[in-house]
Amino acid sequence: MSVTAIRPGYHGDMKDTVEHFHGKQLVSLWWDRHLMYATPLCVPLPPQMPFGALVEQVLPGLFGQHPDFAKVDWREARWQRDGQPFDPAMERSLADNGIGHKALLRFRTPGLDGLHGACF
Amino acid sequence: MNPPTKKLSLKENYALLTRGLGWEPSYEKHEDIFPHVQFEGIKIHDWDRWEDPFRLTMDAYWKYQGEKERKLYAIIDAFQQNNGHLNVSDARYLQALKLFINGVIGLEYSAHRGFNMIGREFPGVGARIAAQMQAIDELRHAQTQTHALSHYNRYFAGMAEFPHQFDRTWYLSIPKSFFEDAISAGPFEYIVAICFSFEYVLTNLVFMPWMSGAAYNGDMSTVSFGFSAQSDEARHMTLGIEVIKFLLEQDPANVPIVQRWIDKWFWRGYRLLTLVAAMMDYMLPKRVMAWSEAWDIYFEQNGGALFADLARYGIRMPKYADVTVKEKHHASHQLWCTFYQFRHAAGFPVWLPSEEEMDWFSAKYPDTFDRYYRPRYEAWRAMDAAGTPFVNATLPLLCQTCQWPLLFTEPDDPTTVCHREETYLGEKFHFCSDGCRDIFRHEPEKFVHAHLPVHQIYQGHYFRPEADPTAPDFNPLVEALRYMGIEPGVDGGDFRGHIDAVNWEQWSHRPASLHEPMQTPPADEQRKTA
Repeated sequence: MSVTAIRPGYHGDMKDTVEHFHGKQLVSLWWDRHLMYATPLCVPLPPQMPFGALVEQVLPGLFGQHPDFAKVDWREARWQRDGQPFDPAMERSLADNGIGHKALLRFRTPGLDGLHGACF
Repeated sequence: MNPPTKKLSLKENYALLTRGLGWEPSYEKHEDIFPHVQFEGIKIHDWDRWEDPFRLTMDAYWKYQGEKERKLYAIIDAFQQNNGHLNVSDARYLQALKLFINGVIGLEYSAHRGFNMIGREFPGVGARIAAQMQAIDELRHAQTQTHALSHYNRYFAGMAEFPHQFDRTWYLSIPKSFFEDAISAGPFEYIVAICFSFEYVLTNLVFMPWMSGAAYNGDMSTVSFGFSAQSDEARHMTLGIEVIKFLLEQDPANVPIVQRWIDKWFWRGYRLLTLVAAMMDYMLPKRVMAWSEAWDIYFEQNGGALFADLARYGIRMPKYADVTVKEKHHASHQLWCTFYQFRHAAGFPVWLPSEEEMDWFSAKYPDTFDRYYRPRYEAWRAMDAAGTPFVNATLPLLCQTCQWPLLFTEPDDPTTVCHREETYLGEKFHFCSDGCRDIFRHEPEKFVHAHLPVHQIYQGHYFRPEADPTAPDFNPLVEALRYMGIEPGVDGGDFRGHIDAVNWEQWSHRPASLHEPMQTPPADEQRKTA
């Protein structure tokens, strides 16, 4: 379907394409079954960043306050990229791992299902 | 001497105003004068079938409105002279007023603009007069709401910069974008969106909790505004139903177009009302009813009867009405949890509910509160008591359509965030629900240039001119708050120790929250301990 507009061919500017982010791209991170973080979190990251650096340097700042975070065994974590399961290569970059602008990375940490049986 | 002129009857007066004032152009083409009434595909064969059920004439309109203004301002004067701000239930009630002044007044003003536009664009004189009167009503509401709340602004924080906050604060982009979507649509979509979907179907859910809430909580100023606006709202609602019947009766081809607009604007309005859900359940110290009860009465029952009545035109219930019924047990709690973790970036202070309040929630939300939400508040309370209060310092992923963070869960699974995605011209877009994704899919050309505050912050557009992004201590999130007009400790943050709470207890000698003990012991006890 398309919008009904006064003038034929109307199209708004793409406001959030990657070139607007000064060499970075947006990546959203979603820790499954941990609703203490009420929404997936959105950060700008360089596409050259190794996936391992995302895990070691970025995630603690995002999710580190949750009591489960220190218990995570990252070798066991199960990842989804844009809704599809995938195995990230830790030493390779986000770009080489197929993580594009506005990608959503969802991860599950087996054995850790949040607090009080409420996925919190 | 001339004989006295015969006074016109109301009917004659209205007929002259709405029929006699119109004329057929002789040297300009009709479509050049009214260029925006064709492109949406709505077919109108006879504008004279438009009937204003009130047959309101100009002289009557000015007389009624003038009388209401006189009464309202007399009450506001008395309220101010009697220090009425100290007679409300507690200092938390004031925080609900901040949502009103920062979020709602901007909507009233936008409605004023929108009705001016359609008052110009419709060829039918009856419809133009009705739109013109509503435009004046909406402007009056923006002004009288500002005046009703101005007294509070002398004493409490977070109300002084309301137009600025409406334009810039991240969660106020939700109401702002709602109205800008309507105003940038065609005139028929605008009137279905605002007069019918919002005013007729949903507005009770705004006015009832706010105005009954004001009455229950001792706010004479705001409740007087409510009374002054009530007869206008009744007229707007009646207009809303007339609009829909007029459009549906004019041509069967209008039915599917109107149905899609109802689907879209019901969902957009419903998402906007999440703000009211949280306000009702969490911000009113003396509660009127729970959000789940309000939704049951005002949408499921009243709305159900309305759509049963409209079935004869071929109109059905709005799409995803069933999802709203599932969400009514969760929405207010999920939003309050979101405000709590982002309280440093809110325009009002936030608190965790007390034991007594949680018991009320358990009674009102027996299937969900104890299972999903009480454990959250207890865990956060423990973290707070341990001196490590929980804060979410990262920006959320926003829905491209409604602009809420993705804070709602799957309709059938309250442990999983609801996320939908769409790729359009190679670009990814994220949504909070099927309803919001459907709206995008129908009009991607429009929604690709939605102004999403999180993305704007990361693009570097939410800084004041004097900000220096090259400075070594530059913090983009702190600068973004400054740009929004949010001063940490004055606007958002914890309610405990907040400047409004401290002042309230000092001035009224009553607890800042009526569900909790005094935050600061009275001065004589302080002297004793010293």
